Amino acid sequence: MSTDAQRWVAGHIASLPKSGIRDFFELVAKMKGQDVISLGVGEPDFVTPWHVREAAIYALERGKTYYTSNLGMIELRREISTYVEQHFGVAYRPEDQVIVTVGVSEALDLAFRAFCNPGDKVMFHQPCYVSYHPSISLVHGAGIAVPTFAQDNFALTAAALRAAWQPGAKILMLNLPCNPTGGTCTRGQLEEIAAFCREKDLLVLSDEIYSELTFEGTHTSIASLPGMAERTIFLHGFSKAFAMTGWRIGYACGPAPLIDAMMKVHQYAMMCASIIAQEGALEALKHGWDNVVRMREQYHRRRDLIVRRLNESGLACHLPRGSFYAFPDITATGLSEKDFSFGLLQQHKVAVVPGLAFGENGRGHVRACFATAYDQVIEACDRIDRFVQGLRK
Amino acid sequence: MNPVLKLLIDGGSLTTGQLAQVAGLTEAEVNQHLEQLRREGIFLGWRPVLDLSREAAAALAVRAVIEVKVTPERGGGFNRLAERIARFDEVESCYLVSGGYDLLVFVRGATLQRVASFVSEKLSTIEGVLSTSTHFMLRCYKEQGFLLGTDDSQTQRLNVAP
Ligand SMILES: Cc1ncc(COP(=O)(O)O)c(C=O)c1O
Repeated sequence: MSTDAQRWVAGHIASLPKSGIRDFFELVAKMKGQDVISLGVGEPDFVTPWHVREAAIYALERGKTYYTSNLGMIELRREISTYVEQHFGVAYRPEDQVIVTVGVSEALDLAFRAFCNPGDKVMFHQPCYVSYHPSISLVHGAGIAVPTFAQDNFALTAAALRAAWQPGAKILMLNLPCNPTGGTCTRGQLEEIAAFCREKDLLVLSDEIYSELTFEGTHTSIASLPGMAERTIFLHGFSKAFAMTGWRIGYACGPAPLIDAMMKVHQYAMMCASIIAQEGALEALKHGWDNVVRMREQYHRRRDLIVRRLNESGLACHLPRGSFYAFPDITATGLSEKDFSFGLLQQHKVAVVPGLAFGENGRGHVRACFATAYDQVIEACDRIDRFVQGLRK
Repeated sequence: MNPVLKLLIDGGSLTTGQLAQVAGLTEAEVNQHLEQLRREGIFLGWRPVLDLSREAAAALAVRAVIEVKVTPERGGGFNRLAERIARFDEVESCYLVSGGYDLLVFVRGATLQRVASFVSEKLSTIEGVLSTSTHFMLRCYKEQGFLLGTDDSQTQRLNVAP
């Protein structure tokens, strides 16, 4: 009999690749104490605003330590419903069209488990958030990557969708603004995508976690377009705009039968999101908007700064319309994205993430997160410039 | 709004070189903006924010806030007296306020005696000053936006995350 513990690991988990970010994380961790500036993060540098933290402390003091309703506290679902209607123009009933989850991460997992049969095809645009493809594999679905390109500012086009479409495609996963590219779609582009989804009867999972961090124009949710709310699951959370990553709190909104299906998985797998995090989220929605705007202004200026500096250094960088990531093209250096990232880290102690971590279409790019203080961004840009100029010699 | 003024209000402790980069200007342009703001009397000057409880910074560590009641004067209201009080070197800030007294005066000195004698000999003897109530500051928890002691900006954020 085999003694290898590996034999107990399920086949589809054994074959699931580890996140490309993981290797890099370990490398950076080894350089601890060496004055590394990390642009490799995926979260705000702001601590959660104090009024939110204080509300959670108060909740603890009052003994709020129990389970909540599976769907989440009704007060929170009401606030979410109001917020989504005001900011995204879609009305969801708090009673049965909103579910509070442990981050957008759990909401995504619930959606894939609830809607994807083994073998079902899920389309997603790429480069994309590292979890999408593995999450599809976890439910035995088949992922179809749709490329987005720097010359379109990484907007998803209906033409690319159509070219990648295969018979049997059931779900379209959207993430606009996009991690890692910052790409978004104009209303016109979204309308074309929506028409395509109606034509092919696709269910849309729309991860709009960066929507508040849109710098030019206003964000449009695909769920707000005619005929789309009934085929869209709107996924959102507090991690990015409200600087609440560690709280693990998010939500999904959609047609009642679909939320009910997600709720089935949620009630058995998770029961409910942490009550403390729900209390914090409630406070954030009630009184947190000014802070969101203040943080967005900072990100906006940092974006302008880093994009200008990267271009000046000879790394072609499109202007990301949203999110807090710059995604420059580094091919002009003659290095692969991996060699670029490793060289920059080893020689100049700046961590960026190699684009391949975000899928095949991230080749030739690196992701640089600008959710970092101005002086750090400036210093990192100085170092990147020295690295790039050094390569020229 | 003047781009440099906006950054000054946001309060990041940036050098003029860094201000220039963030605003997308040259350093010379930033200095021109600062000069312009200075001429307009909007930008008054730079001051360091210090933790005065630290030994090294304790030279002018005794601080008090004084509530002052005064008699307003015909014609001048509170202004003449307030301006007179504000001119003393010991006075760091001086405000006309609503409520139970008229002026709120922040003073600073090297020793308790120096501050006490400023109040008893200078401030309270000015004609028109009716009464003073002096509160010595015992401990500072937050100084002009900076938290003392608990620094939650030093978080343990992961270096690389998805
Ligand atoms: C596109 C995207 N979706 C979801 C998440 C996860 O969000 P949450 O913290 O709400 O689980 C992230 C975090 O990096 C993300 O970038």
